[in-house]
Amino acid sequence: MRKNLTQKTILIFAVLIVFIFGIFGIPKGVSGTALKQSILDRIHLGLDLKGGTHLILQVMTDEAVNFAATNDAAHIQTDLQQNGITVGSVVPDSAHPETIVIAGAPADRAGDIRTVLSQHYGNQYDISSGANNTFTLAMKPSAIADLKKSTMDHSIEVIRQRVDSLGVSEPVIQEYNLGSDQILVELPGVDDPARVKDVIQSTARLEIHEVQGGPWPDEQAALQALGATVPYDSILLHTAPGASAPGSGNQVYQIKRAAEVAGTDIRDAQANRNQNTNEPEVVFYLTTAAGNHFADFTAANKGKSLCIVLDNKIQEVATIRDQIRDTGTISGGGINEQQAKDLSMLLRTGALPASIHYLQESTVGPSLGADSIRQGVLASVVGMLAVMIFMLIYYRGSGINADLALFLNLVILLGFMGYTGSVLTLPGIAGVILTIGMGVDSNVLIFERIREELRAGKSPAAAVDQGFGHAWTTIIDTHVTTIVSAAILFIFGTGPVRGFAVTLTFGLLANLFTAVFVSRVIFDSHLNKKQRGEALSI
Amino acid sequence: MELFRDVQIDWLGKKWYFLGFSLIFSVAGVLSLLFWHGLPQDVDFRGGTVVRVKFDQQPNVDHIRAAADKAGLKDIRIQSITGGQATSNEVIISLAQSANETSLDQGRATILQTLEANYAHTGAGTGKVDLDNVGQATLAEWLAQKDPEHLGASDVTQQHYAQQAAAIFNYRNARGGLVDSIDTLAGVTTPAVLAELKQDAYLSGFTIRNVEIVGPQVGAQLKKQALLATLYSLAGMLVYLWFRFELIYGVAAVVAVFHDTLITVGAFSLADKEISLTVIAAILTLVGYSMNDTIVVFDRIRENLRLTRREPLADIVNRSINQTLSRTVLTSGLTFLTVLSLYLFGGEVLHGFSFALVVGILIGTYSSIAVAAPMLVAYQEWRQGRGKAAVLPAAKKARV
Repeated sequence: MRKNLTQKTILIFAVLIVFIFGIFGIPKGVSGTALKQSILDRIHLGLDLKGGTHLILQVMTDEAVNFAATNDAAHIQTDLQQNGITVGSVVPDSAHPETIVIAGAPADRAGDIRTVLSQHYGNQYDISSGANNTFTLAMKPSAIADLKKSTMDHSIEVIRQRVDSLGVSEPVIQEYNLGSDQILVELPGVDDPARVKDVIQSTARLEIHEVQGGPWPDEQAALQALGATVPYDSILLHTAPGASAPGSGNQVYQIKRAAEVAGTDIRDAQANRNQNTNEPEVVFYLTTAAGNHFADFTAANKGKSLCIVLDNKIQEVATIRDQIRDTGTISGGGINEQQAKDLSMLLRTGALPASIHYLQESTVGPSLGADSIRQGVLASVVGMLAVMIFMLIYYRGSGINADLALFLNLVILLGFMGYTGSVLTLPGIAGVILTIGMGVDSNVLIFERIREELRAGKSPAAAVDQGFGHAWTTIIDTHVTTIVSAAILFIFGTGPVRGFAVTLTFGLLANLFTAVFVSRVIFDSHLNKKQRGEALSI
Repeated sequence: MELFRDVQIDWLGKKWYFLGFSLIFSVAGVLSLLFWHGLPQDVDFRGGTVVRVKFDQQPNVDHIRAAADKAGLKDIRIQSITGGQATSNEVIISLAQSANETSLDQGRATILQTLEANYAHTGAGTGKVDLDNVGQATLAEWLAQKDPEHLGASDVTQQHYAQQAAAIFNYRNARGGLVDSIDTLAGVTTPAVLAELKQDAYLSGFTIRNVEIVGPQVGAQLKKQALLATLYSLAGMLVYLWFRFELIYGVAAVVAVFHDTLITVGAFSLADKEISLTVIAAILTLVGYSMNDTIVVFDRIRENLRLTRREPLADIVNRSINQTLSRTVLTSGLTFLTVLSLYLFGGEVLHGFSFALVVGILIGTYSSIAVAAPMLVAYQEWRQGRGKAAVLPAAKKARV
C-alpha cells in the first residue's frame, strides 16, 4: 500500500521555510558576517551573553505612606481651621506613621470634627476617637496597598525615563515579583554600571516646602533662635553644597514639615530664560489637583520664601513673586543655565515618590559574554555531532531519518526564538543542547519499538505503523514531565534561568512535530520506494 | 547494531546491593552536608560580593591576598579558575556579605582599587585611561574629548569616535578582554587615535570579567524561591503520575526522584562545588528527566500485569525492566553524551550546571531501575504481609 505523502511533504517544507525565516529574517547578504548580523537582529541575546548590568532595586514604599500621612495631617489642620476648629496638634504617630493623631480637640466640637474628618478623609482612613479629646485616623489597608502600588508604578516610570535619557538601548525595567516592592532593571551593554546607578539613585525625593525661618549657620544657632524647640509642624534642614540660596556655605532653615508640592505633583518642567531679565529660570507645571492647592497657597503667601528640597537637602530657596496656579517659575538666587537645566530635569523625571536602595547587582563584562557564546556554541556542535554519529552507527539507514528530524528540531527551536522575541541566555544554550539529547529520545523510543515489532515478524510497513502508534503515549509522558519542570522554572526563575526554561520548552514542543510527524513521513516515503518484502535499515 | 537483546537480569534479586549502593551515596552526601562541606552556596544564595578578574599572566594568589589584607578586606576568598582551559589566568575574589544593603558597593570598589594599585604596571596615572578595563561609552567620550584627529566638536565627531571605541572594544573582547599591547591596535583604529592611546592610555594587565553583588535580602528571597520551586516540581510529578497511574506509582517515582536530588546535592557537597541558581535549574530538569525513565518502566510493568496476572510481581517487574533496558540505556546514554559535551566544552560559567546534569542523569537512570521498581514490589509484599490483596492495578488499556 502506497501512501500519498505530497501534502505532508509540502507542509514540512513550508514549516522549514517559515522557521528559517524566523532565524534569519531576510538576510542582508550571503557572507558570514551578514548572516551573523541577521541572526542577531532576530534572536535577542541575554545579558550574560551580550554583557550588561542587572540590578534589583528596593523601593521604600513605606516612605511614600509616611509622606502621605504627613501631608494629610497638614491638610486636616487646614480643613479644621476653615471650619473654625483649632486643635492642639495634628501629627503622624511616630511608631505607626500610617496613623495620624489629633490631640487637644475642643470637647464641645467633637461632633463637628468627626463630620469634617469623615467627609474628607473617610475614604482613606478609619476614624476613631479616644480618651483626652484625641482622634486617631488609621490609613485603611486598601488605601495603603493602593498607595504602594501607585508608588511602584510611578517609580518604574521615573527610572525608565532616566535610563532612556542616558541612551541605553533596549533596557528592561519592570516590577520584580520575587520580592515585594522591588524593581528589576536590565541594562544591556552597560559595562560601567557606577554611572547609571548614580543617575538612577542620585535623586530621590523632591518637594517644595514653605520656608518659615532662617537661614542660620548651624542647628545650634537655629535652636537658639527658636527658643530650644522646633515647633511640631516644622523641621530644620540643611542646604545642599552649591545650593542657590541667600548666603553661602552650609546653612540651616526652618521649613514647614508638610510639603506644599510633593514630587508626584509635578507634571512637567522646562529650563527657560526670563523674557525681561534674560536670567535662567525653571518653568514647572503642576497636576490639576496640586495646582489648585498651590494657587491658594501662593496667593496667600506672596513675599514669603519657598524652598526646593531634594534628598532632605535644600537645593534652592526662592521668593514667591506671583500667585502660582498650575504653572510657575523658579528663579532668584542667580541660578545659572546649567543649574536651570539640571533642576528642570530633576523636576521632570527626578521626582521619585520614594527613595531607592540597591539589593543586587550583577555585571557581566562583554568579553566573558563573548567567551560564553563561543564555548556554548562549541559544546552544542560537539554534542549534536556526537548524537548524530551515534544514531547513524546504531540505526544505520534510519539514523539518517533521526538526524534529519533532529536538525529540523533545531531549526524550529531557533525560529521560535526569533518569532517570539525570546531571549537566548547561556543556560538557554544549555537548554538547546539538552533538547538535542532529549529530542533524540523520542526517535530511540520509536526505533526500539519498530525493531521489537520487526523481531516479532511483522512487515516493515506494519512495524513502522505499530512503532509510532505505541511510542506515542510514552513520548507524551516524557514531554509532559519535562515541560512541567520547565514551567515551574519559568515561574520561579529569573533572567538566565528563564532563558533555559524557554529553550527547553520550545525545543520539546518542536520535537513532538519532528520526531513523530516528520520522522514518520520520511519512513513512509522510504517504504513507498521499497520493494515489497525488502528489509528496513534500522 | 544492537547492544541489548533478550537480557535476562534478575534486578530484584540484587535489590540489597542497590539499597547498599544508594545508602552509601545518600549517607555520604548527607554526612558531608551536615558535618563536612555543608551546602556550598553560590553568591546568589549566600549573598556577598564576587569579582572575577582575568590577568595577562599567571596571577600570584598570595600576592593578591596580601594586597587585599593590606587594604583591610576581611574574610576574603581567592580561587583560581581551573577546568576547561588549563591556564585561564583567572581568579574569583569573593567577599562575605555585608550586614546591610547600604554598603553593597564598597567591597567591589576596594577590590578594584587594590588591584589597580598593585597591578597597573606601566604608565598608570591620573587622567589616563586603562584600556583593559575602560567601558565602551567612557572610551568613546574620552576620545571625543581628546579629539586626536582634530575634527572639532560635532555629532559627526562623536559618532566617529564611538565607532573607533567600538572597534577597539570588539578587538579586546575577541581576545578575552585583554589587549596584549597598544601597538597591536594599529590595524584596528586610525593612526591618530593610536598615537593618542600610546600617549595617554595604559594597560593594567587585568580585566574585570564579571561582578556579582548580592544583598542579604535577595539572597534569602532566592533561597526560598529555589526551595519552593523544587518542592512544587516534585509535587507536580506526584500529581501527574497519580493521574496517569495510581498513587503508589507516583509515590515510588517521587521517592526515586527525591533520591536522585539528594545524591546530586550530596555530590555538590562532597566535591565542594557551589549550588547556584542555574544548578537548581539543572536539578529541576533532572526531576523531570529522571521521571521519564521511571514512567517507561512503570508503563511496561502495568502492561505486563494486564497480560499475566498469575506471575509473581517480582518476575513481572524484572521482565519489564529487561524489556525496556535497551531504550532506557540508549536514551540516557545519548542525553549523557550531550551533557558531557556541555561539561567538557561549555566553559566555566556553566560548570556547576553541567556537573549537576552529568551526575543526575547517571543517578536518575540507575534509580528508575534500582529504586522505583523495587519499591513497588516492596510495597506489595508489605501489603500481603498484612494479609491484604495485591493492589497494583493492571492497565486499562495496553501501553508501550
